[in-house]
Amino acid sequence: MDRLMDIRDLSVTYGRGPGAMQAVRGVSFTLGRERLGIVGESGSGKSTIGRALLKLLPTATITAERMDFMGTDLVTASERRMLAIRGARISMILQDPKFSLNPVQRVGDQIAEAYAVHHRGARRAAREKALAMLEAVQIRDPERVYRLYPHEISGGMGQRVMIAMMLVPEPEVIIADEPTSALDVTVRMKVLGILDRLVRERGIGLVMISHDLNLVRNFCDRVLIMYAGQVVEALPAAELGAARHPYTRGLLAAQPHIGGDRSPLPVLRRDESWKRPLAEASA
Amino acid sequence: MRLTAPLTSAGLSAIARQAGTILVTLLGLLVLTFAIGRMMPVDPVRAIVGEEADPATYQQVYEELGMDKPVYVQFATYLGDVVRGDFGTSLRTGQPVAQDILSVMPATIELATFAILFGAGIGIPLGVWAAVRKNKPTDHVVRVVTLLGHSMPIFWTGMIGLIVFYAWLGWVGGGGRVSDFYDGMVEPRTGFLLIDSALAGDWDVFRDAVNHLVLPASILGLASLAYITRMTRSFMLDQLTQEYVTTARVKGLSKTRTIWGHAFANIRVQLVTIVALAYGGLLEGAVLIETVFSWPGFGQYMTNNMLTGDMNAVMTCVLLVGVIFITLNLLSDLLYKVFDPRTR
Amino acid sequence: MTAVTLPPASARSSARPSALRAGADYLGTVVRHLAGNPSSAFGLAVIVILIVMAVFAPLIAPQDPYLQDLQAVLQPPSAAHFFGTDEVGRDVFSRIVYGSRITLTIIALVAVVVGPIGLAVGTLAGYFGGWFDTVLMRITDIFLSFPGLILSLAFVAALGAGLENAIVAIALTSWPPIARLARAETLTLRGADYVAAAQLQGASAARIIWKQIVPMCLPSVLVRLTLSMATVILTAAGLGFLGLGAQPPLPEWGAMIAIGRRYMLESWWLVAFPGGAILCVSLAFNLIGDGLRDALDPKQRKGRH
Repeated sequence: MDRLMDIRDLSVTYGRGPGAMQAVRGVSFTLGRERLGIVGESGSGKSTIGRALLKLLPTATITAERMDFMGTDLVTASERRMLAIRGARISMILQDPKFSLNPVQRVGDQIAEAYAVHHRGARRAAREKALAMLEAVQIRDPERVYRLYPHEISGGMGQRVMIAMMLVPEPEVIIADEPTSALDVTVRMKVLGILDRLVRERGIGLVMISHDLNLVRNFCDRVLIMYAGQVVEALPAAELGAARHPYTRGLLAAQPHIGGDRSPLPVLRRDESWKRPLAEASA
Repeated sequence: MRLTAPLTSAGLSAIARQAGTILVTLLGLLVLTFAIGRMMPVDPVRAIVGEEADPATYQQVYEELGMDKPVYVQFATYLGDVVRGDFGTSLRTGQPVAQDILSVMPATIELATFAILFGAGIGIPLGVWAAVRKNKPTDHVVRVVTLLGHSMPIFWTGMIGLIVFYAWLGWVGGGGRVSDFYDGMVEPRTGFLLIDSALAGDWDVFRDAVNHLVLPASILGLASLAYITRMTRSFMLDQLTQEYVTTARVKGLSKTRTIWGHAFANIRVQLVTIVALAYGGLLEGAVLIETVFSWPGFGQYMTNNMLTGDMNAVMTCVLLVGVIFITLNLLSDLLYKVFDPRTR
Repeated sequence: MTAVTLPPASARSSARPSALRAGADYLGTVVRHLAGNPSSAFGLAVIVILIVMAVFAPLIAPQDPYLQDLQAVLQPPSAAHFFGTDEVGRDVFSRIVYGSRITLTIIALVAVVVGPIGLAVGTLAGYFGGWFDTVLMRITDIFLSFPGLILSLAFVAALGAGLENAIVAIALTSWPPIARLARAETLTLRGADYVAAAQLQGASAARIIWKQIVPMCLPSVLVRLTLSMATVILTAAGLGFLGLGAQPPLPEWGAMIAIGRRYMLESWWLVAFPGGAILCVSLAFNLIGDGLRDALDPKQRKGRH
């Protein structure tokens, strides 16, 4: 399995001097043509990682020993280089289609734009691709939906449009930032299923960022657990039961499961020591 | 762009309600202008018959004007006249007021149109620029400039402009629409000097007219510039924090393309409203600027009438301004509904 | 600390005297906040200077503003005449100093009239609703369908030229925005739980409006009023300039510009200094208004990021 991304010692800092805040501290991981889940609570830095990889954090300082994407070093990459990479090679699915879609542009055109940006002068081809993509995400009557505005479609449809938009330029890596958190529970599985199939078909490396451990456990191949900006544990999803870090164990214990014992779930108790920098790196 | 007319019963009743509101406002406007006309300290009878007229003549004209009748009858007569388009005769010029107004309007429209082109043409990009560079030095400079523009007495700015750019630097023409030399040279077909001189092929007059238009139009535009810049900046700042802007960047769009193609597209409709309102606000500035620059437009016409107490003219001018403003407000509401896909 | 005598009835809470002290404290906090911010501090300073100039005009102005000196007409600024002299030899600086009295009078009178009336109309209309509200709102709509200066012009035309009439006209045009604002706030507050609680307790409408609603409207109304003052000054100057406001030889700044206009191309000081004074005062009110908005009503950040 080829290695798509190799991240070593990534840190993201906001501000300077004594008041500086580190949102991400010394995070390292690799990504192949697999699904990597990054799980954490709010403030753990998981969403920041996604944006840092695309260098879409204008107010923050991104440092890393290495941020390699298929031979390109993202840390030193110029904005010009990044413009060519964003969308075409690395893409990101955002959380809530109510807000992440342009309200005054037809959804089909937004999908087509994602293709046209990287293929100059291919307007008609872009439209064809967009329609094809709409079909691929199982939207019936793609011609009709193409002409709709974001406020005219449901949440589940909107997120499928987002998926279509981010897949149409055929990237190698997709970062999915809480892709189903804004959706109704009934729709979640369907959208995930579509994402699953498309990623598998095209051999795309997926980074799935979520706060939902159960979701990530069932969907991803490997999992990174984040707390206070650091990766506290990294292991294959299948081996989660054997997790060693107390935070991970706490998270697992707090998950309800059907058929389990009826006593109150243990409350996760956070230890201050988990915030201190880890001695060893993991990947 | 598809225009879907709201022909549902709910849509129609909303339109009817809106129309009713407008009618009531218009009626109130007419009451106001009527009251103002009647309150004016100039005796309209005396103005017609002169100081030395004998009581009999006075009485005759008094009755002719209908001033012996009760107030509500006079108002009804006024209403009837207005509906028929009879706005009375100017005491000053002896011409029908409507005709007078029609002859002075083009000068003001020419001035206002160039002013708004200046104000919006510079104000909108400036506002976008300031929003994109929020809190950086550029933003602060823009905020200071808009604040100054908002606080300046516009007639004073006009005068300083004349002193500096006309008297000291000689870059622009002085007062009036054209230099005395060219006055009356071009036949007034539309009343718009620039169009008339272009149609006549008289490029000397055209150039001179432009020379005289530049300063008053840009000063007049300054007031609208401050407003437009501030509102554009505010709207853009709202948009730049939205998620769809991130989406655009993720797709690989450059900052410039994101700002203008996506964020700006979302404020276009609001900007149309702002510009329409600013255009109306220009009327106010025009009154002052036209006096400063001896510009023979509607503003100066209205002021002169008020100074001389020309009742019919004042009433009609006030009525017209009110109607223009109401129309502009309505138009901007309408444009908003038509062009924002979310309100369909 | 206060001269307010406590009413014997126990129905009245003993909040009256402490309300006064709370008000004074509040004012102190606001002023301190304004002084802390450089732009509003500047505005505050200008207004203080204005008040000082107006009150101590005879001490500050080197000459009588009406004193003509036909030997020294149209003199440029110099040590003898800081701002030069006008077409009949009057000292421009002295005229500006005395003109501050007129400006201050206009501001004070308009504010004192427009604030309470706008607040009253707005809260009553918002609270009672119904046809009362509709009628009042139609009236304000009509007034609002004019740009301020033009409406003031119309009223002055109706009443006759002169400073007093100009003040009346300006006041008549300034209250509608305040009323609209107060009404909007009242409508939001009318549905609040604590208002409903007061109603259930049997409080009269007047009491509710005065004690619950007005205090909540006050911050935004004050901000709007301060910002309106900036426009009032410009309108008053505009009226003076057009000859429909203060009449010569009153040293009103707008009227000074009107007369100075005839000679301005050679004698720029006739126009520059009065206009500069108008600009400073209008700017000051804008800055204070913005500062107040940040201090009193942080939710009103729209349009001001």
